[in-house]
Amino acid sequence: MMKKNVFGLFLIVVTAGTAQAETVFVTLEKDNALAVVDPVAGKLIKTVEIGQRPRGIAISPDNKLLYVATSDDNTIKIIDAETLKETGKLPSGEDPETFALSPAGDRLYVSNEDDSQVTVIDIKHKKAVKQIKVGVEPEGITVSPDNLWVASASETTNMVHWIDTKTNAIVENTLVDPRPRALGFTADSQQLWVTSEMAGTLMILDVKTKQIVKTIKFDIQGVSVDKIQPVGVVIDKDRKRGYVALGPANRVAVVNAQTFEVEKYLLVGQRVWNLAFSPDQKRLYTTNGTSNDISLIDLDSQTVTKSVGVGTYPWGVAVKP
Amino acid sequence: MRSINLFLRIIIKFFFIVHLAGVSFVYAETKQMINIAYLTQEQKVPPPLSNLDAFIKDKGVLGAQLAIDDNNTTGQFTGQQFVLKKIIVPLEGDVIDTFNKDIGDQYSYVVVNLPAGALNKIADLPAAKQKLLFDVATIDDALRNEQCRNNVTHILPNRAMRADALAQYMMKKRWNKWFLVVGATEEDRLFAEALKRAAKRFGMKIVEEKAWEHTYDARRTAQSDVAVFTQVDDYDVLVVADEQGLFGEYLEYRTWNARPVIGTQGLIATAWHRTHEQWGAVQIQNRFKDQAGRWMEEQDYAAYLAVRAVGEAAIRTKSNDVNRLKDYMFSDAFALQGYKGNPLSFRSWDGQLRQPVLLAAPRSLVAVAPIEGFLHPKTELDTLGYDQPESTCKWSK
Repeated sequence: MMKKNVFGLFLIVVTAGTAQAETVFVTLEKDNALAVVDPVAGKLIKTVEIGQRPRGIAISPDNKLLYVATSDDNTIKIIDAETLKETGKLPSGEDPETFALSPAGDRLYVSNEDDSQVTVIDIKHKKAVKQIKVGVEPEGITVSPDNLWVASASETTNMVHWIDTKTNAIVENTLVDPRPRALGFTADSQQLWVTSEMAGTLMILDVKTKQIVKTIKFDIQGVSVDKIQPVGVVIDKDRKRGYVALGPANRVAVVNAQTFEVEKYLLVGQRVWNLAFSPDQKRLYTTNGTSNDISLIDLDSQTVTKSVGVGTYPWGVAVKP
Repeated sequence: MRSINLFLRIIIKFFFIVHLAGVSFVYAETKQMINIAYLTQEQKVPPPLSNLDAFIKDKGVLGAQLAIDDNNTTGQFTGQQFVLKKIIVPLEGDVIDTFNKDIGDQYSYVVVNLPAGALNKIADLPAAKQKLLFDVATIDDALRNEQCRNNVTHILPNRAMRADALAQYMMKKRWNKWFLVVGATEEDRLFAEALKRAAKRFGMKIVEEKAWEHTYDARRTAQSDVAVFTQVDDYDVLVVADEQGLFGEYLEYRTWNARPVIGTQGLIATAWHRTHEQWGAVQIQNRFKDQAGRWMEEQDYAAYLAVRAVGEAAIRTKSNDVNRLKDYMFSDAFALQGYKGNPLSFRSWDGQLRQPVLLAAPRSLVAVAPIEGFLHPKTELDTLGYDQPESTCKWSK
């Protein structure tokens, strides 16, 4: 055992020369497990049991704790990011799927899809402090980096609800394209990017006016329109490029965040779902739901460099430096 | 003098309070109201074909109820309120009378869960001219063609759409030679017509056609009749038209040759099915079951979509005006989320809701049509049913 650890350490030291060592955690919806991947080596390190139907995942700002929504256990588990042992549970409400952490890591906002509400959790006290009524089937949720806004998208109401983090109340609603799935703020908190699964679009919302300022329609030659179902979206910290997972189109769209042109479509695994940057934002990791793997994208060269098999129905992804 | 002054002040104060109250009253009233009626008639309980499935007498209305709740959840953010008036005419009642009497001018949208004959009569009433009707019950091709009415939309896929969906799947499986078995009812004949049309469209061959004339008794039918009945020249697949389910269930596993059964039994084409869980469908299945205590049936799904279509159009146009909403519903901008992947929309030439058709076995979803590879210049959804050039519907829009 000891020997193995030392050997592992040795490997990390060796590989650290080429790239920063980091760990990628992937929830496996149908394996009830968490996959631990070394993305630099391109290897699945191990798989650990985590609970029933794990989906949403996030890492605390200090990188010490993982939060994993185990939907069929109706809870969000707190996992030690080193030992991968469970250290506690959060009262998420029923069937938690997606959630968002506040930038300081003190609050967690959960979408309760079947109850049309968002639950606000005080992490320190492990208590639900508020339930906010939103539209039908809330899904995507995110907190602005300046911690002023929680944006929640409801799939059947087709709205983005703007929740003031101070009052935990909705102050405005923006109608968007049908079945909005995921959303993400730019690092400067000035824009909110929202994907619509049914319209096959990405909408850019101005945070000040809460209005759509640009709608980008994805169009890939040789791929039928109804296969293009945008889901996960992330934008780099310099607001140079944003990346959108296109679901069963099996591609990630590279969007110029200044001109809003689609620069490229990168072919990844099947039904690409969620995305996460490496801490240095040199790589992007994608979960591919039906090909049971994750794709590694090198962002300097804008190419897919590797895919790593992880297990059945990879759903969420979080990265620890 | 002083007391008069005081009196005046009290009066003024009083008016001020009334005024304030009036303002808040008016404010509450400014919510835009969208009134939807749901019209159906009680049905006679048919003789039970088997003890497996209980007769469901409230198919439809619970879907409309769920949709009203969904509309109002959104309406609370848009200042709109949706009202559903449910009218269930008793067995011996008259739906035409009820329509004239109970559905007033304030109800511009009527979800109609009635057979074709009653639907057409209602659509032709003067009181219905300024309304938009949503047919959530019929699957007749004629209602979308020569009998079409410009104040009626049809939510369920018609027989042609279902037959095309099945044909596409059979073509993909290379089940090119069909043995068509047709029941004795007029509906069965109509579905057989739709199947023949589909066979022609997709280059399939009906190598044998037989009418079922045997008994509908499970014990006798299953053991002897089917084996004898199915001794015909070789075929790839048995295609059955038995909409009432009088004998179709007995065919599978009992044919002379080992062949799959498809059509109204075996692998069926349907707008909705309990095995469907893709594209968020599992969410609405759960929400419906929680509320209704049973699975969502096709008519429930259709009524849900009808009420949601009004909601979607009202919310996007911020209007409750029937002409405005109708224009929007028939425009390219309209996209209804129906938990089947593609956005749903209305065909401008016959009022049919454009949608994928599910192909389902009793306990598994087998495929969703349009099947991959069937192409169309505008939308692949229009490979199912009557496309614009084929339609014989002449609307004076």
